[in-house]
Amino acid sequence: MSSSFRTPDGGRIDRSTTLEFVFDGQSYAGHAGDTLASALLASGRHSIATSVKLGRPRGIAAAWAEDPSGLVQIEEPFPEPMLLATTVELYDGLAAHGLPGQGRLADVPDSARYDAMHAHVDVLVVGAGPAGLAAALTAARAGARVALVDEQAEAGGALLGSDDRLDGSPAADWVASAVVELAAHPEVLHLQRTTAFGLYDDGFVLALQRRTDHLGGAAPRHEARQRVWRIRARQIVVAAGAHERPVVFADNDRPGIMLAGGARTFLHRYGVRAGSEAVVFTTNDSAYAAAVDLADAGVRVAAVVDARPEAPGHWLAACADRGIPVRSGSVVTGTDGDERVAAAHVAPLADGRPGDAEPIACDLLLVSGGWNPAVHLFSQARGTLRFDAALGAFLPAEELDGVAVAGSAAGVMDLAGCLADGRRVGAAALAALAVGAPAEPALPAADDAPAGLGPMTLWRVPDGGDGSTSFVDLQRDATVADLARAAGAGLRSMEHVKRFTTIGTAHDQGKTSGVLASGITAELLGIPIQATGTTTFRPPYTPVAFAALAGRDRGRLFDPERTTAVHDWHVAEGAVFEDVGQWKRPRYYPRAGEDMEAAVLRECAATRSGVGILDGSTLGKIDVQGPDAAVLLDRLYTNLMSSLKVGSVRYGVMCGVDGMVIDDGTVLRLAEDRFLVLTTTGGAAKILDWMEEWVQTEWPELRVHLASVTEQWSTFPVVGPRSRDVIGAVFGDVDVSNEAFPFMTWRDTTLGGVPVRLARISFSGELAYEVYVSSWYALAVWERLVEAGRPHGITPYGTETMHVLRAEKGYPIIGQDTDGTVTPHDLGMAWAVSKKKPDFVGKRSFSRPANQNPLRKQLVGLLPVDRETVLPEGSQIVEFRDDGRLPAPPVPMLGHVTSSYRSAELGRPFALALVKGGRARIGDTVHVPVGGTLVPVEVTGSVLVDPEGARRDG
Amino acid sequence: MQLIECPWCGPREEVEFHYGGQAHVAYPEDPAALDDEQWAHYVFYRDNPKGRFAERWSHAAGCRRWFNAVRDTATYRFESVYHPDQPKPVIP
Amino acid sequence: MTGDITRPRTPGADLPDHPDFLWRNPEPKKSYDVVIVGGGGHGLATAHYLAKNHGITNVAVLEKGWLAGGNMARNTTIIRSNYLWDESSAIYEHSLKLWEGLEEDLGYPILFSQRGVLNLAHTLQDVRDSIRRVEANKLNGVDAEWVEPDEVRKICPIVNTSADIRYPVMGATYQPRAGIAKHDYVAWGFARRADEAGIDLIQDCEVTGFTTDGNRVTGVQTSRGTIAAGTVALCAAGHTSVLTDMLGFRVPVQSHPLQALVSELLEPVHPTVVMSNAVHVYVSQAHKGELVMGAGVDSYNGYGQRGAFHIIERQMAAAVELFPVFARAHLLRTWGGIVDTSPDASPIVGRTPYDNVYLNCGWGTGGFKATPGIGDAMAHTIAHGEPHPYVAPFALDRFVSGALVDEHGAAAVAH
Repeated sequence: MSSSFRTPDGGRIDRSTTLEFVFDGQSYAGHAGDTLASALLASGRHSIATSVKLGRPRGIAAAWAEDPSGLVQIEEPFPEPMLLATTVELYDGLAAHGLPGQGRLADVPDSARYDAMHAHVDVLVVGAGPAGLAAALTAARAGARVALVDEQAEAGGALLGSDDRLDGSPAADWVASAVVELAAHPEVLHLQRTTAFGLYDDGFVLALQRRTDHLGGAAPRHEARQRVWRIRARQIVVAAGAHERPVVFADNDRPGIMLAGGARTFLHRYGVRAGSEAVVFTTNDSAYAAAVDLADAGVRVAAVVDARPEAPGHWLAACADRGIPVRSGSVVTGTDGDERVAAAHVAPLADGRPGDAEPIACDLLLVSGGWNPAVHLFSQARGTLRFDAALGAFLPAEELDGVAVAGSAAGVMDLAGCLADGRRVGAAALAALAVGAPAEPALPAADDAPAGLGPMTLWRVPDGGDGSTSFVDLQRDATVADLARAAGAGLRSMEHVKRFTTIGTAHDQGKTSGVLASGITAELLGIPIQATGTTTFRPPYTPVAFAALAGRDRGRLFDPERTTAVHDWHVAEGAVFEDVGQWKRPRYYPRAGEDMEAAVLRECAATRSGVGILDGSTLGKIDVQGPDAAVLLDRLYTNLMSSLKVGSVRYGVMCGVDGMVIDDGTVLRLAEDRFLVLTTTGGAAKILDWMEEWVQTEWPELRVHLASVTEQWSTFPVVGPRSRDVIGAVFGDVDVSNEAFPFMTWRDTTLGGVPVRLARISFSGELAYEVYVSSWYALAVWERLVEAGRPHGITPYGTETMHVLRAEKGYPIIGQDTDGTVTPHDLGMAWAVSKKKPDFVGKRSFSRPANQNPLRKQLVGLLPVDRETVLPEGSQIVEFRDDGRLPAPPVPMLGHVTSSYRSAELGRPFALALVKGGRARIGDTVHVPVGGTLVPVEVTGSVLVDPEGARRDG
Repeated sequence: MQLIECPWCGPREEVEFHYGGQAHVAYPEDPAALDDEQWAHYVFYRDNPKGRFAERWSHAAGCRRWFNAVRDTATYRFESVYHPDQPKPVIP
Repeated sequence: MTGDITRPRTPGADLPDHPDFLWRNPEPKKSYDVVIVGGGGHGLATAHYLAKNHGITNVAVLEKGWLAGGNMARNTTIIRSNYLWDESSAIYEHSLKLWEGLEEDLGYPILFSQRGVLNLAHTLQDVRDSIRRVEANKLNGVDAEWVEPDEVRKICPIVNTSADIRYPVMGATYQPRAGIAKHDYVAWGFARRADEAGIDLIQDCEVTGFTTDGNRVTGVQTSRGTIAAGTVALCAAGHTSVLTDMLGFRVPVQSHPLQALVSELLEPVHPTVVMSNAVHVYVSQAHKGELVMGAGVDSYNGYGQRGAFHIIERQMAAAVELFPVFARAHLLRTWGGIVDTSPDASPIVGRTPYDNVYLNCGWGTGGFKATPGIGDAMAHTIAHGEPHPYVAPFALDRFVSGALVDEHGAAAVAH
């Protein structure tokens, strides 16, 4: 396609570079520096999509993010939904099409990278237009650490879309020199293509930097495509500019109807004439510049239609010079056209009502209903807004601590004013920071703004009908008629009106439609717009890709992976791993041809009959030191720890204040004033926090300190009747006899000069020794143990076998056999609850009425009567049904299966369960629904193997 | 995300902190002496004001120390941070 | 119009119209038989069922802001009843049954879509907890099943069921009757019915205090004057403590910000509702095509209806981890509600120290799905002066006896 609407010269595009792209299957070309929108307009294409509800053709209605209309789907180089053609920088090979309201996600994963960066600055300036540049220069010259972020490809803001001059030269020259100066300040971070999208507490701003999007398929793969900047700023200057807003009239949605400022931007920035025959409809002076500039660029301007009774003299003359008729006191009441506007209906306005309309042919209808300051970030900071009647817009109503608004975002609408305001606000930020005496920059002189007339606030032109083609939110196909229906339905809050009409809920979040909806609703209800107000501004300012916010926290980096010092050995041995918290733990070690059941039966049998070894390094370990260490443990464990002798080990249970078990484990007394507390793998961090909380907040008088040593000590239980042989062989200087090294004691020794601690602790009922060694030497010690065990057939086993062995002994796993509603008594561990101690955490809760209920659930064993069924863990338990059938729901439940395994030792499956009044039911038969059948099971005690404890000494 | 003033480390990002609920709720001197209702109030009941609230925080990913703060639950603004053994400050 | 509506409408990108009339905006009367404090979903549903089931219509619903503008406007609209404990599944299943007839009852297109919910399991303990819950649900008459990863993939093909994610999906519980509805439509449906019945819905009416006489409340002081009340029902969710502080009794709830977010409109890609605790996010695709998501509460107490952004970032990471195709979906809007969380993650409903004041709070993140069920049960409770059997287990005194209904300890699924 030719670029018939491209001006012969001018604009900030690189005409020497031609970029090929495809839109709706058709090939086009544009230039470096174009957006997709400007390139399409240069080719004469306005209509790019159909509307979401009504299927009406829609075009490009603005030049940047405020466009309510021109949504596209990117297909190449990678599918991305719902981008505005006006904000997509053109690149070679771009393929896109217009969207009727819904985007499409790629069906393959996105291989692009995303990341995040932190910045801490004195002053953050949002927006690199005249006000923002002036503020940034002011702060930078004073030596402040400054971040300047701007969403466009290059700095300049509104200056990019104008022919403004500063100091007699094109304003772009001043912008360029400002950028150069900022770059020379080492403490200035200047980011273009970076949108500040969220403002949170204490000067925290999130900004999205689009680093490689503009490169399309040529983007280097190693570079993060987008980056989230987390900027903490002591002072924030919001210089985000203003959005032009349209006036609503009938059929105001046709392609070719565009904001006047947008058309001017297309002309000056991209060298694009948005049409050949224009009508300009305005309520304020700003659109005259568009009319004049377009006329000068060769567009025939058929009329300027000014709703105000009088047109501004300066602009009248400028129009007269160019032969542009100006119709003051007139409005556009409607349009003709199909794929493109063909005529504007222009009528005189008398007493607020339009008279008879006359069609004026045009292919471009420019509209300006005034300007809405971009108060989004200010409002996100919970700054209140007020309606400024003179400006016809909502403005910041207060000063916020650390957040200032400058330039047109604050309602300053002329260039010289914006520059001065930026400098003023920048200086004020410095003053608040007490950063030196600012060397305020001299500001360039802007041409005198022509004396003008104030704007007229006009939300809509009455269409004489029901307003059903007077669009307020083009993207949502929501009209004046919808607003009227909302008001008629009894709605008075703008939040209700928004939800009723869906106005402001689309991709642009109401950038052009929100204030219009408020204004029109106020009119409909006959109340001032201050009373309706706006809906709440919420982050993000513009949409942000999920992946950008996910950043690097994906896949293996989604959550840290913790592995033990012996992990690689487990991998080499073919272990299957289980996630336990963040840890990777070997679950079992299948041999060729083995499934899990076969492997676990083998591991269990080998351990109970010979010797097995487990990597138990993930168990939490807390070093508790200080003269009051024993006092602390007595308060936190249900049982007595102060009576534990140095050199000995004791099992203990901890409860919450509600009396429910939160963790268990063994405690080694290392010295009078030092204990090693072992916790469950999953509970390690939680229990350290728990203990710290009590020490620091309740009992600061206790002289005790806590440190996690989980990673420092690797732990290897060597388990089974042959374990003594293995330990004896490896640690020859230790007397491993029962007499010299009895159950529940520990000994220190060394191996090749490396300190090792051995403890007679058993989580299986078998003779067992736990080997503790610094993780630096863990692999070597593990390999020694395995080597020494080889003659005895030592078998590495994983968590599954560990679970079976402990369940056969009725040892609960906290978090599996308990669920936060289980007391030590429920577990049959009254023996672990001290009756001597006057108090410990949780004790008082044991005497509450619910704790006395004989129907509390208690831990028991279950034996399926058929000796074959492995009850699924989680199965529910019901009363025995003589007919073997379940009654209609609801069926009363007795409890549930918490652990269930096939036992090599018992030669049958068994389970642990929490059963109402369970201990009183021992010997009863109950039913467990499994699939469609009821499996009879016998309730037993929870200890099924070696109830006498005969094996622990080998 | 807020910047929270750890009394030991200085201002740090909110993500580094762990929230501990209402401050100045002491563990009862003699729990056995409390009736069930009094005990329930200690275990389960905490104030929940809209506005100024004295509460506990810990700098979990930093110095791991607990401190108290007075914060406005409506604005989230911290008005004061202080050591756990200090009394609740009087804020005008 | 020039007759240019020629193109096909985008399927699903449109919603049914609201009726032409919703409610009056009456001035408050001096006195009502029942004053409901809180014009959210629960308050409005209570009003509706008071009129419909009990013929009680001299009722005012007082709302300090705009009707249904609190959590009702801010939740992620998930409806399910697959809770673990008998007490919980009973009230939520009762509610689900009412949801199933609600469109007809309200004469309002509430867009109740029973598209099922998957609660993913990522660890062996998740699997145990899930099966426990499914088995309990079945015995309680709640439709629930355990599905293996290949079936998860069939139900929701975009879930990453491969082994190459940090916490692979090991299966899920599935409740086919679960789903979503359109929250504003639900609230407005209740409101319209209540208004039709003559109940006064009074907005911009903030309760500032109560007039009491012994252990009775006689009047509700508001920003629009004092209103005499025969019975008072507190349905104020996150602001419950503010009210009970005025009344001088304590309720063990803590108000936390809960954030949610929405994407732009997308072609249908997500056919069900997916929730995951380990990879913490819950996601559905709403009727217009937007992805609606939530995750955990912000940790601190807060009434600000906003939270911290790192919560959102973490949620996005979880979403992209579980649904890789979401990578270039765009976050369009975030917001926050105020949830009132109780110590056992179950609601607190029923009597208070005042004879004629009933309480309904502590729903945490579960309030929306309970809306019709609790509205019905509260109306019954008010009408009979006696807690409805469905809410009796959720009485305030359980914290004294210790007979909690501990949903977070056991079910390992919130929301």
